[in-house]
Amino acid sequence: MEFTELESSLREQAIRSSLMAGKPKLYYFNGRGRMESIRWLLAAAGIEFVEEFLETREQYEKLLQDGALLFQQVPMVEIDGMKMVQTRAILGYIAAKHNLYGKDLKERALIDMYVEGTRDLIDLIRVHHKFSPEEQEKNLALINERATARYFPVYEKVLKDHGTEFLVGNQLTWADVQLIEAILMVEEKVSTVLSKFPLLQDFKTRICNIPTIKKFLQPGSQRKPPPDESYVVTANRVFNRK
Amino acid sequence: MSVKAKLHYFNGRGRMETIRWLLAVAGVEFEEYFFETREELIKLQQSGVLLFQQVPLVEIDGMNMVQTRAILNYIAAKHNLYGKHLKERALIDMYVEATMDLNDLVMCHPMQPPEGREKNLALIVDKATNRYFPAYEKVLKDHGQDYLVGNQFSRADVQVPETILMMEEMKPDILAKFPLLQGFKARISNNPTIKKFLQPGSQRKSEIEEKMIPQVMKIF
Repeated sequence: MEFTELESSLREQAIRSSLMAGKPKLYYFNGRGRMESIRWLLAAAGIEFVEEFLETREQYEKLLQDGALLFQQVPMVEIDGMKMVQTRAILGYIAAKHNLYGKDLKERALIDMYVEGTRDLIDLIRVHHKFSPEEQEKNLALINERATARYFPVYEKVLKDHGTEFLVGNQLTWADVQLIEAILMVEEKVSTVLSKFPLLQDFKTRICNIPTIKKFLQPGSQRKPPPDESYVVTANRVFNRK
Repeated sequence: MSVKAKLHYFNGRGRMETIRWLLAVAGVEFEEYFFETREELIKLQQSGVLLFQQVPLVEIDGMNMVQTRAILNYIAAKHNLYGKHLKERALIDMYVEATMDLNDLVMCHPMQPPEGREKNLALIVDKATNRYFPAYEKVLKDHGQDYLVGNQFSRADVQVPETILMMEEMKPDILAKFPLLQGFKARISNNPTIKKFLQPGSQRKSEIEEKMIPQVMKIF
């Protein structure tokens, strides 16, 4: 997207309207799921947000009846006067608005490629808890394989090739935030996963020390723990799943 | 006119089809390199051009682009098909993400075992007619404009018709309850570049033939 005067003045308007509209409000379960990447990005950008957790079917049906969910689905984020749905749409908006989407089209293209890669990896982990124990064993092997053979080598090489602190354009972008989210998620499952990736280890240390991210990683933040039994039960109840 | 993009995929719709649509509408000439066997895909993987070992791959503007959404975003932004500002882009993204969810269901349908096909078809039709199409119908109704976002042609006006046409292949009367979408589809189909793309001989791909499915699955 071109950063013309029009774009800057419209971004100013967006920021002003967000100050008037209040903090972004997240509608989801009290757990990671598809909303967690959004929490990460808002936190990294230093944007305070509030959350309404879905716990009952009635809450969900009320959202449906109110017409709040464009495609009857969550995540939904009230932000800048919009009721945004679709995870990638929400992430793209936040990134663009808060200067985390690169300086030009080509940087944006790189960021998009990188976040789509980490998205695929995160999605493998996101559904892990839904599997039976045998399936989980297979999935764990797949997560490990994908992380160490497909995704992490790419990001290691990116960091090596241009020797900068960040993945794209020498400043923090959405790509860095989603990568650190992915790294930490994989490490919860495979603690030694970064053993062959020294640059990613440095990256992890550096990014985790960025003040907004450091704060998000501390107990008491809005970061959510990995899914447990009660998360599954709640989701099934809200969506009427057997 | 020189070719501006090179597409690497198998000779079928899959995840590349939306990219073909958008390039065609943007007026970007493209060449296609089809692989037919697993060996050919492996060769491509070994050549180092596939960032995550996956296709689609689109060579464009000096980049080896992978990841469908990254490619679509780039083409749309470059060719003025992504709205005038952030909030329009947000709406466009919401609308096209939903079409991609529906497209994924359609794409995976031929891979269902025969016993599961009828049920899967019913599921897809249900989602189209109860979840997605009502949303687009309402968008058109609420603003009364010709295009989905910002009163100008955008990628949403390419991706939604693409999905509608694929759904009509599965169930010809699927738009029966959506008069505004019928009008929208007719209008968009008359856009000169789209009209051309919809004609025989274009680079648009047809539905996968039943007998080709095992071969395609072997590639991947």
